[in-house]
Amino acid sequence: MGDLKKTPLYHEHLRLGARMVEFGGWEMPVQYESIIEEHKAVRTVAGLFDVSHMGEISIKGNDAVAFADYLVTNSVSTLKNGEICYTPMCNEKGGVVDDLLVYRISNSEVMLVVNASNIDKDYNWVLERAKDRDFSITLSNISNQTAQLAFQGPKAEEILKEISQVMLDEISFYHFTRGKVNGIDCIVSRTGYTGEDGFELYVSTEAAVPLWRKILEVGASYGVKPAGLGARDLLRFEACYMLYGNELTDEITPLEAGLKWAVKFEKEFYGRQALLEQREKGLEKRLRGLELLDKGIARHGYEIYADDKNIGWVSSGMLSPSTGKRLALAYVKKSYWKAGTEVFVKIRNKLVKAQVVKTPFYRGSVKSKA
Amino acid sequence: MKKYAKTHEWVHVEGNVATVGISNYAQEHLGDIVYVELPEVGKEVTKGDTICSVESVKAASDVYSPLSGKVVEVNEELDSAPETINSDAEKSGWIFKLELSDPAELDGLMDEEEYKKYCEEEEA
Repeated sequence: MGDLKKTPLYHEHLRLGARMVEFGGWEMPVQYESIIEEHKAVRTVAGLFDVSHMGEISIKGNDAVAFADYLVTNSVSTLKNGEICYTPMCNEKGGVVDDLLVYRISNSEVMLVVNASNIDKDYNWVLERAKDRDFSITLSNISNQTAQLAFQGPKAEEILKEISQVMLDEISFYHFTRGKVNGIDCIVSRTGYTGEDGFELYVSTEAAVPLWRKILEVGASYGVKPAGLGARDLLRFEACYMLYGNELTDEITPLEAGLKWAVKFEKEFYGRQALLEQREKGLEKRLRGLELLDKGIARHGYEIYADDKNIGWVSSGMLSPSTGKRLALAYVKKSYWKAGTEVFVKIRNKLVKAQVVKTPFYRGSVKSKA
Repeated sequence: MKKYAKTHEWVHVEGNVATVGISNYAQEHLGDIVYVELPEVGKEVTKGDTICSVESVKAASDVYSPLSGKVVEVNEELDSAPETINSDAEKSGWIFKLELSDPAELDGLMDEEEYKKYCEEEEA
């Protein structure tokens, strides 16, 4: 794993005995002790994640908001300063270049938070789009100067309060503020990707270790655990949040992925024409939840059958610890979309019975939908 | 006497029947085990064949038969408690029993000491 990038918390992970894996070009902790225990800690108390591998792109200038609005499908111009939106960013065919968060810092400053594996692709994409029109903006990839911690769980606020100089209860869901936590300058946002209430903290790389240690120290008596990518994947899956590379790719549109709510057709954005045409024509495939009725676990890439035809594929599948069910997210062809429809997942040459079910699979303590 | 395969299964032979499971080293690497797809009783296998699979939270892993023979019993307990492999991989977490067709194949497996060394080399 010699050539992989490391976050400022790399040595903390080793010290905690984490098992490290390659993820999107980074060497990251997949688990510290047990994925299931870390999952449980986040669902019941809180867990602390190092998400410093995520990328940050800064857009500054008079046209920062207009440019961001052109870049992504969701609306940035209708956000207030201090608000955040989740959004796809599309190519000309309507396929998803990446799914990201847009932080509206001021009328002339916006921050994009992008997936680790897409940082270079996204930054190049943003640079290209900046040439489309005469935008008055300055772009910078600030990923290397920024560390990010995600503190997630129903008790996250109560615990973080002990060391926060920011009024956490004044930050509503998908809002952020700048201030100090344990004396460290942060952007604190009420966001996350686990289905639970919680915060994401952006700090300078030098501040990552002291903040990480302090949160684990004050959280220890509550049962807070450091949580790795394994737990993160399970949690986001139960909440039916997209994982880029699984549910979303350059070939999949937000409409197919069920992200219509984050596509604002009433404004201009890159890829709009293709998405309008798709909306007009109707979808051929879309993301659905499946529950396996027979034994087995559906994994990414497994094929789905019905009426002796291949009618789709699994994008993510796991045993969900919160529900005890064997569940999957899957792209399914038209006429097999209705909840209750019986389909089969091909698991190692065996057809395993499953049925289409409603999503999300699990609702946690998260305050409301973005 | 317990022996180990390079693919991280252990076998314990009594008479002509081998009890097989995955090693403690293997379960540690897989992490939380959530499902075991057991082989069918009566199935004939050749050494090295994929015989069943063990699924952890993250991934499915094949289990290879370390010896040739016929499956005579499977550990049904794993159906409701697959995590037994995490807590006791090399005893109550056994997966299947094999009636050996060629006991001489045992010579090709490693003893505990050799396996320990083999794992250390894999880690390095």
